[in-house]
Parts: sequence; C-alpha cells; structure tokens
Amino acid sequence: MSNDTRILYCHCVYAKVIPDETRRAVLAELSASGVAFDAVADLCEMSARKDPALKRLAGSGAVRIAACFPRAVQWLFHAADAPLPETGVDVFNMRDEAPADVVAGLSEGRTSEARS
Amino acid sequence: MSGKGRLDKDRLRVVLYEGPGAAPLADEARFETLVALLEDGHQVTRPAAGTAVAAADDSQHLVLGRFDDASAVNDAGFQSFDISDLDPAGVLEGVKARVSDVGADQPGGWKPWFPVIDYDRCTNCMQCLTFCLFDVYGVDGQQQIDVQHEDKCKTDCPACSRVCPEAAIMFPKYKKGPINGDVVREEDLQNESMKVDISALLGGDIYSALRTRQSEARQRFSTERDESKALLERKRCLAKLKKNLDIPDEVLMTLPSVGDIQDRARRAREKAERRQDRSQTMKDRRPTEDDWGI
Repeated sequence: MSNDTRILYCHCVYAKVIPDETRRAVLAELSASGVAFDAVADLCEMSARKDPALKRLAGSGAVRIAACFPRAVQWLFHAADAPLPETGVDVFNMRDEAPADVVAGLSEGRTSEARS
Repeated sequence: MSGKGRLDKDRLRVVLYEGPGAAPLADEARFETLVALLEDGHQVTRPAAGTAVAAADDSQHLVLGRFDDASAVNDAGFQSFDISDLDPAGVLEGVKARVSDVGADQPGGWKPWFPVIDYDRCTNCMQCLTFCLFDVYGVDGQQQIDVQHEDKCKTDCPACSRVCPEAAIMFPKYKKGPINGDVVREEDLQNESMKVDISALLGGDIYSALRTRQSEARQRFSTERDESKALLERKRCLAKLKKNLDIPDEVLMTLPSVGDIQDRARRAREKAERRQDRSQTMKDRRPTEDDWGI
C-alpha cells in the first residue's frame, strides 16, 4: 500500500449496516499491511461532533476512505465544516463492495474510469 | 454530544505504536486490539510500522506499545501505555481508565442518527425545517437550511427525508437507498414510499385519516366501554403507516397540524430576519471599545 496517501477506515460501530465480515476483512488487511491509517469508530458520530480530526484529514491531500456511500461520506465531511477536496479522494463503500475490492482500492486507489 | 459545533470535551487520540523503543505486535493481537478499541468507540491511529510517532494535531495522545524503552515517546510529550502483558480486553480497560484520568470525553452513549443534507440537491425549500418535530433544523446566516441539533433527532425516524421533494436528506445509517446516501435515481423521486407530499402527510389524507379513525374508534369503543379495543385500533392504523414509511409510532402520534407547521415556518423566517438585521446593524454602526475587547 502507498505511504503518501492517508487512509481512513470507519468501523460504523453504532449501526450494523456494514456486514461484519466486510469490516473484519478490511480491518485485518489494513492492520497487517504496515501502512499508516486512521481507524474511527463511527464517521457519523465524528461529523456530528465536528471532530477536528476530520478537518485535518480533509486538508491533508490525497485520502482513501473505507466507509459507506460516497454521497453520504462527502456530505458528512461537509457537515463537520471539513469539506473534502474535489480531487484526490477515493471512497469505498463497505455496504456494497466486496472486501477484496475495498482492500485493493485502499491499496491502489480507484481509477477515474471506475469512479462513480 | 450537545449540538452542532460543540465538543463537550476533547477526545483522547489513541495511537497503536510499533516504532523505535517498542516491539511489534503479532498480527492477531494488533487486529483484536484494534477491534476492541473501535467497538468501544475510540479512534485509533496506526503510524506506519517502524516509524516514530508525531502529533497529528493538538489533541491529547495516548500511545500504546510493547515498550522496552518509552523515553522517545515520553520525551516527545506523549503519554505512553505499556501493553506488553495485556490481552485486548486488558488494553481496553487500561485505555478507559486513562481517558477517565485525564478527564477526556468517554465515547459512546448516543447512536448518531441525524439528517445529512446533500447541498447539490437541496433547493432550500424549508419543508424539512417546517416539518421536523424536534427542532433539528435551523437556518444559517445566509438563510440556508442547516442541521443544527443533531442530538435532538428521533432515532430511526427518517420522516423528514420522506417529505424532501428532492431526496436531498440522507440518514447514512438507514437501510435503504437513496435515504442511506445511495445514488438518487429518477424512479426514486417518483416512488410514493420515498416522496410524501407534506400537505398530504400533515394536512391531508394520512393525517386526517388518522384523526378520523381515532375519533371513530373513540366513539365506537366508548359505547362499548373498552379502551383496550380503541388502543388496538389505533395501533393497527399506525402500524400500517409505520410499515409504509418507516416512521416511528410516537412521531406519527404527534404530527403537528397545518397551523402548527405554518406557525413554525413563520417563526423560523422571523428568526432568520432578526439575525440578518443584527448582522447589518453591527456592520453599519461605528465600532466601540467593547467591540475590540478593550
């Protein structure tokens, strides 16, 4: 995995909308990879608290995010006064995407053709 | 959590450290420790393996590691916590104790259920503000609709997203799209279970049907002197609505009248106008010593 892109993993702990096997598989791969990453218990909760960590993440250049629907993630950051930059952000949806695809995306990024 | 823009207390940033002065963790121990901390609501930063730790921001950091020498971490101004002999449950207990010791905010205690506005879709029509029973919404200085009291939102109630004509309101923890943040498709906007006309919901069919049925049930069952039957009838009626719209009973039971809605809209408009007037007055008058804190 690349060392120059920040990685954010959301565990979505306060609702069971992400399959548990997906969360565990993605977190296990991240944990074993040796790359730096931030793991947060719940991105929604951080957004509601306007956690300054979101501002730091949004302002730190390229970032890959494993969480839920990209539209929700985009506006959760906005709601925290930490809008994500228009480029350099890849969001991987653990509600729908296979764990292997999320892990590969966190490692390699998403090609612009594949970005929805 | 007590409303927008406020952190009651700082959160302690937990760092899982395996750099100079600390032995690496076994893969399974690292993973299970991460899971234990996340499940309890903590944020965990893992620096790249073998690198030194540096402050991510000005929040308090608690650096966990299997230390043989914690001086590098302590000298950098961080609090260290040696987890050499602890299993994941023991690590969690230790972290909770240290969070308490430093007076930082303990995570958990609130399911973060609140509306998130997609401003690419929002037309600022204010239907959500006028509909919401719990004062979750407000308007900002630019008269733009805004979520201002996330913690007042009724958990698991997506009612305001149902009345949004543009499907601009998301609840990321909701089960179905597009309310959960999935892409909005044309058919979603046409879908009756997604888009509920506010006048129908509050002043028309559903609301009046509910009231009528309540009234009829009351008359019928008062003759029979059996309140439990009336309650059952009311529950049946609500269950149908709940099934169709996913709106909790207690919200349906307290739907405001059309007059309430209009009154609430007027108050919101007046509040926004007063704020704008105050802002303009501040701009127009000459600054005084008080303005400069002298």
